[in-house]
Amino acid sequence: MAAYIVRRVLLALMLLAVLSVAVFVLFNMLPGDPARLTCGKACTPDLIAANRHRLGYDQPVLTQYTNFVSGIFVGRVFSADSPKPIQCNAPCLGYSFNQHEQVMTLITRAAPVTFWLAIGAFILWIFIGVTVGIFAALRRGRWQDRIIMGVSLAGYSLPSFFFGLLLVFFVIIKWKWLPFPSYVSPFVDPVKFLQTMILPWIVLAILYAAFYMRLTRNQVLEVLNDDYVRTARAKGLPERTVVVKHALRAGLTPIVTAAGLDLAGLLGGAIISEDIFSLPGLGALSVDSITNSDLPLITGITLLTAALIIFANLVVDLLYAVVDPRVRLA
Amino acid sequence: MRQPDIARQTEKSAEEPYLSVHDLVVKFPSEDGVVNAVEGVSFSVARGKTLAVVGESGSGKSVTALAIMGLINRKSATVKGEVWLDGQELVDSNDNQVRKLRGSKMAMIFQDPMSSLHPFYRVGAQLGEAARVHRKISKAAARAEAIEMLSRVGIPAPKRRVDDYPHQLSGGMRQRVMIAMALINSPALLIADEPTTALDVTVQAQILDLIAKLQSEFNTAVILITHDLGIVADVADDVAVMYAGRVVESAPTSKLYGNPEMPYTLGLLSSIPRMDRERTDRLDPIPGNPPSPLRHPSGCVFHPRCKYKEMVPNNACAEVRPDLLEAEPAHFVRCHLPVETRKKIASEALNVSGGGATLGGTVSAAAAAAAAAASVQ
Repeated sequence: MAAYIVRRVLLALMLLAVLSVAVFVLFNMLPGDPARLTCGKACTPDLIAANRHRLGYDQPVLTQYTNFVSGIFVGRVFSADSPKPIQCNAPCLGYSFNQHEQVMTLITRAAPVTFWLAIGAFILWIFIGVTVGIFAALRRGRWQDRIIMGVSLAGYSLPSFFFGLLLVFFVIIKWKWLPFPSYVSPFVDPVKFLQTMILPWIVLAILYAAFYMRLTRNQVLEVLNDDYVRTARAKGLPERTVVVKHALRAGLTPIVTAAGLDLAGLLGGAIISEDIFSLPGLGALSVDSITNSDLPLITGITLLTAALIIFANLVVDLLYAVVDPRVRLA
Repeated sequence: MRQPDIARQTEKSAEEPYLSVHDLVVKFPSEDGVVNAVEGVSFSVARGKTLAVVGESGSGKSVTALAIMGLINRKSATVKGEVWLDGQELVDSNDNQVRKLRGSKMAMIFQDPMSSLHPFYRVGAQLGEAARVHRKISKAAARAEAIEMLSRVGIPAPKRRVDDYPHQLSGGMRQRVMIAMALINSPALLIADEPTTALDVTVQAQILDLIAKLQSEFNTAVILITHDLGIVADVADDVAVMYAGRVVESAPTSKLYGNPEMPYTLGLLSSIPRMDRERTDRLDPIPGNPPSPLRHPSGCVFHPRCKYKEMVPNNACAEVRPDLLEAEPAHFVRCHLPVETRKKIASEALNVSGGGATLGGTVSAAAAAAAAAASVQ
């Protein structure tokens, strides 16, 4: 088991390194001059050249990359030879010349919003998706199952912006049940926090819950037909034990995988929901950085999201080994 | 006219049958119509005896077994008839009563040991669970019993193996574990549904020996479901041949092999390779395929494949359902042919080489040949 963990962790780190190169190279190959973007209308050839030097874009790509990587571990200083050097402490993901702030600062400001959004939606959708999915499987073919499957198909097919906009229109604008969303930290004003988050949670959860209902139902149905479930019944176990201990234990493990990866993807930012509900999370930050061609910020967010997914993959793999003894051999 | 009843017949004898099945019917509604999986099966088994239920795939053997165990989902299937286990009727009992008998008074082992054990739980935990459902014993005691049972079914180093996961065991080992699990509560009835089909030939013999050994230890009634007539000859006391959801012939093993009367049984026996026949003879398969359980043929269910149906006047084979009648004491046959004709056909068919093979010779030769044929594959 220990060897398995070490191997998985090393693999994840290698993957991350390869990925950072790929992201860095990709964004530096893009047409357009990043230094040109730093000053907009005020640009003069001298200013562009000065900014290029300040931000290190005059260095060879390899040097830029090593500077970037060493910045993550030990920090770095931008425009060191100018009168106003910018100190970027480790972990330094770069400096957004567009927002005049360090990428890390921008990300740490936006990340909690996305974190709460993702976690709340995750809890909601896992709870609803898995319980309703199990219920549908146990009522297979009867009216309850048919209704659930119909509703989930609708939920899965509706685009989340459509449902989100409907909710905003009715709940907030027409019926005025909730105030206009404006994010505050749950530690500052929990009531306002909940008022703001409840709709985005519902919108995200409906989309995912619909998918998880179908996934869970199919898993459970498949497992209920497995030979070892028949064995469990043949032993004389009560039906409850057969379903919970024998069928669900085996049937729900693949859902762990899907859930881990979905959560990680969502932690990287939920672009549409954040936009509809004006939440200043990572999704909104990504959109901003792309519309402004803010290269350092795009690079930073992309790397962070990728790292999250790699990390989630690792956690899911390790969890799987805990749950399924057969995996430990592999 | 009432159909004679094997169970009742056996009751008259000294041994009280532990299990008797009367007129068992199992139907599954499906989108294509009703699947008549079992249509009026009757048999009985006494403690310490082995009944072999033989038939092709789809003949209703496994469904019969599952129905006895109460493992047919009554919400999606109809089960009718009577199943008496140790004086208690099961078909009309409620689910919970039958559940309590499963694993305690009656147990079952399945065809595929590779998939019949839960992949996530240790062998010992699965064995212990079987004991603890039915008896109030501590986890430690259940574990001790699990180790004891593993050693009784011949698993080496049971103290170590008890903590293995199923994937760490070979197929034969897993089937031993299944047997240990089935017998941990000393059930009086063991149903083995093709217990050796998924195993190597050498392992098959070991598993059958093991079942026979444990059967004599526990004085268990055993129902052995199989399509392998070679196995049957060695281990069964009685044989019931099933075709299209019915018992078409049943008799003590020696009688059935020496004197099969139903043309289907005869066909099965003739299609086994035999040592005492000319090698140039081709095997004599039964023409055609078993009927679809959605639409069983009228009259005798076997008549479309029967070579001898012309010998019965008035086209009775195609029009009248034959009953399972007692041709000789303890020998029941479902066939319109007159008894004398059946005997003549059988003796001609089984003695083509003119050797007049004795029963023992025929049977063991058949078994050996079957084993040899299988091991070549």
